[in-house]
Amino acid sequence: MAEITLTKKDFTSDQEVRWCPGCGDYSILATMQAFLPELGVPREKIVFISGIGCSSRFPYYLETFGMHSIHGRAPAIASGLTISRPDLTVFVITGDGDALSIGGNHFIHALRRNVDLKIMLFNNRIYGLTKGQYSPTSEAGKITKSTPVGSLDTPFNPVSLGLGAEATFIARTIDSDRKHLTGVLQAATKHKGSALIEIYQNCPIFNDGAFDTIKDGNSREGALLHLIHGEPIKSTTHAVVRKDDGDLEMRPLSEINEVDIVVHDAHRVDPTYAFALSRLHQ
Amino acid sequence: MSKTIVSMDQVTIRFAGDSGDGMQLTGDRFTSDTAILGNDLATLPNYPAEIRAPTGTLPGVSSFQLHFADHHIQTAGDAPDVLVAMNPAALKANMRDMPRGSTIIVNKDEFSARNLTKVGYETNPLEDGSLESYKVHGIALTSMTVGALAHLPLSRKEAERAKNMFALGMLSWMYHRPTEATEKFLTAKFSKVPDILEANLVAYRAGWNYGETTEEFSVSYEIAPAPQVKGKYRNMSGNLALAYGLIAGAHCAKLPLFLGSYPITPASDILHELSKQKKFGVITFQAEDEIAAVGAAIGASYGGAMGITSTSGPGVALKSEAIGLAVMLELPLIIVDVQRGGPSTGLPTKTEQSDLLQVMFGRNGESPLPVLAASTPTDCFDMAMEAVRIATAYRTPVFLLSDGYIANGSQPWRIPEVDSLPDLHVDFAKTQENFQPYARDPQTLARPWAIPGTPGLEHRIGGIEKANLTGDISYEPANHDFMVRTRAAKVAGIDVPDLVVDDPDGAEVLILGWGSTYGPVRAAIDVLREGGAKVAQAHIKYINPFPKNLGEVLSKYPKVILPEMNLGQLAMLIRSEYLKDIISFNQVRGLPFSTTELVEATLEVLNG
Repeated sequence: MAEITLTKKDFTSDQEVRWCPGCGDYSILATMQAFLPELGVPREKIVFISGIGCSSRFPYYLETFGMHSIHGRAPAIASGLTISRPDLTVFVITGDGDALSIGGNHFIHALRRNVDLKIMLFNNRIYGLTKGQYSPTSEAGKITKSTPVGSLDTPFNPVSLGLGAEATFIARTIDSDRKHLTGVLQAATKHKGSALIEIYQNCPIFNDGAFDTIKDGNSREGALLHLIHGEPIKSTTHAVVRKDDGDLEMRPLSEINEVDIVVHDAHRVDPTYAFALSRLHQ
Repeated sequence: MSKTIVSMDQVTIRFAGDSGDGMQLTGDRFTSDTAILGNDLATLPNYPAEIRAPTGTLPGVSSFQLHFADHHIQTAGDAPDVLVAMNPAALKANMRDMPRGSTIIVNKDEFSARNLTKVGYETNPLEDGSLESYKVHGIALTSMTVGALAHLPLSRKEAERAKNMFALGMLSWMYHRPTEATEKFLTAKFSKVPDILEANLVAYRAGWNYGETTEEFSVSYEIAPAPQVKGKYRNMSGNLALAYGLIAGAHCAKLPLFLGSYPITPASDILHELSKQKKFGVITFQAEDEIAAVGAAIGASYGGAMGITSTSGPGVALKSEAIGLAVMLELPLIIVDVQRGGPSTGLPTKTEQSDLLQVMFGRNGESPLPVLAASTPTDCFDMAMEAVRIATAYRTPVFLLSDGYIANGSQPWRIPEVDSLPDLHVDFAKTQENFQPYARDPQTLARPWAIPGTPGLEHRIGGIEKANLTGDISYEPANHDFMVRTRAAKVAGIDVPDLVVDDPDGAEVLILGWGSTYGPVRAAIDVLREGGAKVAQAHIKYINPFPKNLGEVLSKYPKVILPEMNLGQLAMLIRSEYLKDIISFNQVRGLPFSTTELVEATLEVLNG
């Protein structure tokens, strides 16, 4: 059989993309369109299922099968599809409100069931489509239209939540880092089972600059910890070491010995180490 | 001692006891043995929502009523001829239904001062003369069971638990039921616990032998088999028939069956049954909630399976938004609603027909969908197949209504020849140029069923309004108006059979029924006609769309009586559709209509 080489163009639908100028969703879309040809799966075997929210328009822009469903329910619909059609490659496109508020129950159960779904959670830490209310990942004290004196709720940490829900694959990446996002997509699609990909995504209208610390050229390399299997976990200024009580902490490089830096183990079955990593930024 | 054998044409027996006494099992076994003998039969299980209410109390009473006959019958009988009461609570809870002169068999071992006080008996009804006008048999069921099992290494408590089998054995003797099937059933059920198996078998046989030898019973009864169309029969409950109908429907449509479900009374048995049937290509998914259950079914239908979700009224409320999505996506989907008493949690184990307006209208926007209602336990099989036919041919969600009465009730079912089942195959869309996901079949108005994996058909669908033909997002005013009317026209145009009217005498009064009122209405019609009354009868199984001839039928009868186990929901639909007044007869007591009530209500109309 002749090899058919597909390109980014083959995965781009004829629909006009309608996100706000500067939205982080554009770069995620471009990365996905560029990644799909290398996935090696024919277009007709790929399905994107989304819920409701800005990110959930994603399927319209891809020349694959797609369903823009209802708020929070994409993991449930995708589970039914994947269970009955294991030959398909199924992505769930969701946001912090869609996955963690209205769809929280489906989100955790999809992860624990470990059905072969790739859940891409676009986390902009705000409600965009309803024009700017706080979300379950907004920081406590967030002042928004619905919280004029600041929100009271403690936010979810999606990675911690996913680990608690028995997820077998979790990664966190960011809209602007095309290379890293592509790497994460490669690993997630190779994983047999549910995969949670949290993508920090900037909303330029209602929560602009939420992730500037890890985007800004000056602060980025100090603030970013790259997790690479078998490599010490460190930024240009800090590293992760184990405390006496077994917990993990970030310490300035100047205060520690190189040999004490924790070496990343991406395959550890016991989730306590991953959970400790997920709490580091707090 | 030789005993008299009396022939009877029909009997209604009610078994009643604590919810832990095994009355449902006892009733089920007696029913199966009755089906094997070839009587016609109908059953009415009635049990509390609590799994084990406090022992010996009125709320804990569970009962099972069986009506069997040497002729065709329609209902589980208005009033029992025989009550088997395992304790004072069971006696007290059921006495109001017992006609004078009827037979009452009680387990007298349980009539202790403490148990009597518990249910408010100041004196022992077996001794105070209050039951004088009944034929009362006080039998020491518990102590005789324990005595019969003395040789087995069982605690007293374990031995006592077999007393329902003693009672079953005794009644089986009394009514000449065959015993092989129950012995086989017990052997299979308790194969891993030999002592318990032995206890049940010994108690069952001891009960039979007791009946044969005791002077307490001088008469036993024979009820000859009922004439039936030749074929292979089995006893069938509505939930089982519905599950089998879904399997048969999916098989005839050449589709895998996917059930997404969340356990809920009284629908869970459909999930239980389908979860056993992997060999027929059935996938069951016990979801995290009702919403996920219907969502997964929609996902499966999108992928080319027959997606089904089964639930009851509260579950339908939760699924509403997703059902609206299926209306918009125009994908096949079956939502089975086994109705129970509402609103809210309502009466989980009791029957009602009060979800009709919910399933018709309980969604946002103009979202019509077909609604079917099964009429009897075995009709659940046929209507499940009809639901598959309509869902697949018209690419639409379909509501299939059952209710607690027919779901748990049972009757003999003639197993159909597989070759006689209809071909329900529909084609998926094939690879083509310029594919249009919302182009329609001119006959059915169905859009293509274009499943993932088909090259060239890549397209996006969703809950936002679709542009005609392309299926792209469209906010165009004229397009929305067109699409809303098109979806409505598709459902209105669904091909359903005409209403059949039974009217041999040219009556002026029509009794209309829907759903599970079929049996009670038919029984009432028989009584009325025997008494010389002229009444016509028709039964609606297709509620949306209505049968095409319904308006014409209604116009022929000056008076139309419509009994419903709700406050007039179908009457409201008929009035608004046909501007025809309806004489409603409504009850919401968690129980089916009795024949007597329907006869009286009809006579009032005939004479009034």
